[in-house]
Amino acid sequence: MEDIIISTLQRTMVAGTPLLLATTGEIICERSGILNLGVEGVMALGAVTAFIVTMTTGSPWLGVLAALAAGMVISIIHAFASVTLQANQVVSGLALTMLGIGLSGMVGKPYVGKPLISKMDDITIPVLSDIPYIGKALFSQSPFFFLAIFLALVSWFFLQRTRLGIQIRSTGENPKATETQGVNVFLIRYLSVIIGGGFSALAGAHLSISYSKSWIEGMTAGRGWIAIALTIFALWHPGRAIWAAFLFGGIFVVQYLMQPLGISPNFLAMLPYIATLLILVLISLKDPRKLNAPAMLATPYKRGER
Amino acid sequence: MMHITSSDRYQITRLRSFMTNVFSMAAGLVVISMIFLIAGVNPLFAISEIFQGSFGSVYGFKETVTKAIPLILIGAGLTLAFRAKFWNIGAEGQLLMGAVFSTWTGLTFGNALPSVVIIPLMFAAGFLGGALWGIIPAILKIKYAINEVISTLMLNYICAHILTMLIVGPWKGATRFGFPGTDNLPDAAILSVIPGSRIHYATLVLALACAAILTIVIYRTRFGYEARVVGENPEAGKYAGINFLKTTLILMAISGGLAGLAGVGEVAGIHHYLGYPASVSSGYGFTAIIVAWLAKLNPLYAIISGIFFAGILVGGDAIQISLGLPAATVDIVNGTLLIFLIMGDYFLHNKITITFTHT
Repeated sequence: MEDIIISTLQRTMVAGTPLLLATTGEIICERSGILNLGVEGVMALGAVTAFIVTMTTGSPWLGVLAALAAGMVISIIHAFASVTLQANQVVSGLALTMLGIGLSGMVGKPYVGKPLISKMDDITIPVLSDIPYIGKALFSQSPFFFLAIFLALVSWFFLQRTRLGIQIRSTGENPKATETQGVNVFLIRYLSVIIGGGFSALAGAHLSISYSKSWIEGMTAGRGWIAIALTIFALWHPGRAIWAAFLFGGIFVVQYLMQPLGISPNFLAMLPYIATLLILVLISLKDPRKLNAPAMLATPYKRGER
Repeated sequence: MMHITSSDRYQITRLRSFMTNVFSMAAGLVVISMIFLIAGVNPLFAISEIFQGSFGSVYGFKETVTKAIPLILIGAGLTLAFRAKFWNIGAEGQLLMGAVFSTWTGLTFGNALPSVVIIPLMFAAGFLGGALWGIIPAILKIKYAINEVISTLMLNYICAHILTMLIVGPWKGATRFGFPGTDNLPDAAILSVIPGSRIHYATLVLALACAAILTIVIYRTRFGYEARVVGENPEAGKYAGINFLKTTLILMAISGGLAGLAGVGEVAGIHHYLGYPASVSSGYGFTAIIVAWLAKLNPLYAIISGIFFAGILVGGDAIQISLGLPAATVDIVNGTLLIFLIMGDYFLHNKITITFTHT
């Protein structure tokens, strides 16, 4: 029994890690008022980039850096379309997803199914990892796990307390007023989209060089879309994103455990999506303002317009 | 010094709009060529293979028309939703729900009723299924202020899981030898095809008719006008007394219903049984978004753009085989073309002037 609890908890943390990374990035992006539906594609590109670079150089950390760079660069497309060209963000984001999935499929073709030899060692925190039940799951994990939590906490602080973070949030709420304060709204939005893309790519890197240690087309398996849902589930708050991501991760793990008990895995797999909708309805019933959505989300900003 | 200024362009002629699309696509093809070049594939050869594969042979063209059927149906429905700025990206789920409803109808009544009765019944059931799945996000948006991008996306997953639950559980066919999927539909419930092809012509005729009717609805009826006002100027709509809930419900019932019809076509015309969601919907729900966009949100043009993107899908399959490219190559082509179409829109709606001043 103890083994089952430990392994469930451990796999929950692993499953939640990429969700948390991508969600944190999308929160920063959406807080600036830009909806980015390109997460799935950028994640795929991050995964393939990290895998190829790790395989050729033998250094997983170089792979992570390369994925980060690739994710940030390709996100410029969405920033350009949605900020400079004031294009429809839904369509532009979908285009980014298609492009990301397409490019990763093409670039990654020769690498499909090849095993990764250079591994990223787990980080084990002494003493804490000896705590019964939770110790091993929480304190002996892939570096990505610690990175994801660290970045979520940093982003929380960044958005709430730093000058740039406040500028990002106020750009999402009222770009015009923000601009009159002398803030370059366009620059803020570019920056937010690019940071968000970097996070998505990190999530992809986790999948290919830490989680499965291989690359295959379609390995992101809809996680990018889940991150977009989680962004709302977490009400655009990186702190809440931590709980949300691991809750969803847990449901993914539990669905396999429930199978022998006669509960359909598809029913359990459906739960996170139903839960998201239900929670949104509940919040909206209570007080729609509490939804806390950036007021200008997905609305292009045009300079000099009254 | 060089100055670039942009100003609104108020008069957009049809010719300018058309030429902008043509130039955008051409520019997109240039970028796609560069990507092919970097991947070590002769771009001219690859692009000509795509169009050879889809429009250059009788077999290819038949396949193109086959795949255009769901794209036209869904694309036309999306033009209506997008005009009202309702970002329905849940056509995948609506298609699947249509497939589920019509499969149930076909399996239940297919042995008892003649074809002339059961086929229309299945289309009606498919429309109903898609429409029901389409009005859920409409209610969530108008009543609870829940963003439709999220709800339609969630509903895609929910529907895919419901479908899988059915085909591995209660609906699992005795003839599938333990594999997931329903039994084959009875003969009476299967759509006939043009001999020597997979073109299930009943759905094709339906798609063309729906696109035509929808064009009239959008441009010539009060409802079409209200749908446009809801999207373009909601403030004015409120003063004009437009019932947002009713208008949104109807337009999403139509948009979802048409996707549901596409689901009927895929099940009764192509697969003849209900299998895994990914094989039933094949991503048509997402591709149709580009179809609607290229059609400039005009359902009639969705016929042309539907055939065009069906051609890219078929041609994409062809180069997978002849050039050994991965399946995802089609996504590069689609994604790039979509990005350039968006960019083209900017230049269509904004006049860019570059002036040089000497300092």
